Amino acid sequence: MDRYLRADWFGPLVITVVAIIAIAAFNPSFLSPLNIQVLLLAIVINGLIAFSQMIIIAIGQMNLSVGAIGGLAAICFAGLMEVWGIPAPIAALIAAGIGLLGGLLNGFFIAWTGISAFVITLASLSIFKGLNLAITRAQPFYGVPESVKAFGNTTFFGPLPWLLIPGAIVFLATWYLLNRLPLGRRILAVGGNAHAAGLSGVSVPRTIMAAHAISGLLAALAGIALVARLQIGQPTIGDDWLILSFAAPVVGGAVLSGGHVSVAATILGVAIVAIITQALVLFHIDPFLVQVVLGGLILWAVGVNRWREVHMSKSLGRSST
Amino acid sequence: MQVDDNSAAAPLGGREGARAGGSPRFYLTNEFGLLLLIVVFAAIFGAFATGFLSPFNLFALGRVAAINIMIGFSMMVVIVTGGLNLAVGAIGVSAAMFLGWLIEGLGLPWPLAIAGALALGAGLGFINGFAVVRSGLHSFIITLASMSIFFGCMVFLTRAESFRGLPRVFSAFGTTRLFGVLSPLLIVAAVVGILLAILYRYTVLGREMLAAGAKPQAADLSGVRVGRIFIYCHMLSGGLAALTALLLVARNGAAIPSMAGQLGQDWLLPAFLGPVLGGTLLTGGRASPLGTFLGAVLVTMLTNGLLLLRIGEFWVQACLGLLLLLAVLIDKARRTYLARMRIA
Repeated sequence: MDRYLRADWFGPLVITVVAIIAIAAFNPSFLSPLNIQVLLLAIVINGLIAFSQMIIIAIGQMNLSVGAIGGLAAICFAGLMEVWGIPAPIAALIAAGIGLLGGLLNGFFIAWTGISAFVITLASLSIFKGLNLAITRAQPFYGVPESVKAFGNTTFFGPLPWLLIPGAIVFLATWYLLNRLPLGRRILAVGGNAHAAGLSGVSVPRTIMAAHAISGLLAALAGIALVARLQIGQPTIGDDWLILSFAAPVVGGAVLSGGHVSVAATILGVAIVAIITQALVLFHIDPFLVQVVLGGLILWAVGVNRWREVHMSKSLGRSST
Repeated sequence: MQVDDNSAAAPLGGREGARAGGSPRFYLTNEFGLLLLIVVFAAIFGAFATGFLSPFNLFALGRVAAINIMIGFSMMVVIVTGGLNLAVGAIGVSAAMFLGWLIEGLGLPWPLAIAGALALGAGLGFINGFAVVRSGLHSFIITLASMSIFFGCMVFLTRAESFRGLPRVFSAFGTTRLFGVLSPLLIVAAVVGILLAILYRYTVLGREMLAAGAKPQAADLSGVRVGRIFIYCHMLSGGLAALTALLLVARNGAAIPSMAGQLGQDWLLPAFLGPVLGGTLLTGGRASPLGTFLGAVLVTMLTNGLLLLRIGEFWVQACLGLLLLLAVLIDKARRTYLARMRIA
């Protein structure tokens, strides 16, 4: 029992279940098929965004350009299909490649110069967003094929959206990467203590570049999924991802100094954010307050994480003496 | 006007590191490089961009530069602690809207309202600083959350509506032209810069800020109350952000909730461009008001010049990002060169 209590996912799971029961008790329409579908779609897309940031949090850095990369990939995806008539799967591959490349560039500059990830990704945020605006001239691409639109908005087995399938595959792959593959373990090792990892034979620059490349890829996938969901290639996609991308991993117990993240808890963090946002809408609470709630949620979560850290180090100290 | 913490200055000083004060030769400083770049680009734009040197353009340039300089200052005073303040935009807009409410809602005279807005900015900065110091968490995540909270509260309370019936003083201050080219906004920014330089160079409080930022443990052992000093830095940042927003109100003639973009994010790039170009260390302990001033002027001039060259308004943002990247790379190269000179 103690083992479960200490697991990262336990707290968020309890909160998710309690929140679902409480909200459903007050407002039964919360569990209507349409609402579940909307909720799942939000979880899939926000989950990709959160994972994109989570990988970077795992190596103890931050990526401000998640939204800019996602936005650039999104408009490239839509633009390739509309302007050049490229079939959707190939366009999606190219867009994902652009995201991967963008992330790789971030990682390259960070690893090569040793300058803080904050400054590099702030610069690249501006570059990617600028490219986005230069390509679109701030006009959306409307010519998204019907097949893509259908993929983003139809369901199977009742309320389950099709987007859930690629989403679930990516989530499982990320879990596998971080928990089972050497690369994932290296990422966590570098995040825990880059110096020690380097001395143990891990190539720190290469690991940083790989983490950023994966982050860029995930951000691009989120952008592509959002194009399918919104049915247009909006140049503003990605503008509001920053807070969102930090909220879910932090609620899921990620340590911002690196080395410790949990895929399952991050998904639950995404679910909590989605449920709260949805509840605010269902109970007709001012939409302007969503920002306040998100900010408060981050503060609360980092406070709890900090308390757990102090608490755990205390109990560790006691057991060793 | 390089303001150095002595311990941080030594490795930067090259062979001259042993000289009194430890300041490097002027032609190797960041400030000189920036000055050179400003002159070079001014010459290029003056030659190729029609209207760049016209009095009206210089006046408009000064007004925009003043805002960018002030945004840079409000971030710089927190970077000194080794932290950052993502909430500068949110605090600024909140203060500006508070000013509008004090004047239109409560009918206060404008000097009192200005004092109130500045106090609100410092108060919000205090909340940031208090949360950072008390929780021991990095200011990045605290101010990320508070930026969302402050902005959300502001939009909720104002219903996202502007205050347009401000007294004539504000728009008059924003549109006055001294000697045909000079904007009073720029004078305000310059005065703030000089005050900051005096703060960091000559006052105990300023020295303690630099010491606490450079090495908190060492400063703590030397009797500096690091937590309290960090809170002062955040309050100063909040106050400066509020002042910036007031200048923006003077420029726009109204207090508008969207004047710093969604969540105040539009201020983030200028906030880091100025200090980073100006050689303020992101790890803390070193601040250069002159560098920040020149950095912001350079950025504003490049934006203005690129627009006048009709490169296309949408490319400007990408160019600014490239500039930030180039600046940190050049700075890195300069540091490597100086370090090599010291060893040789």
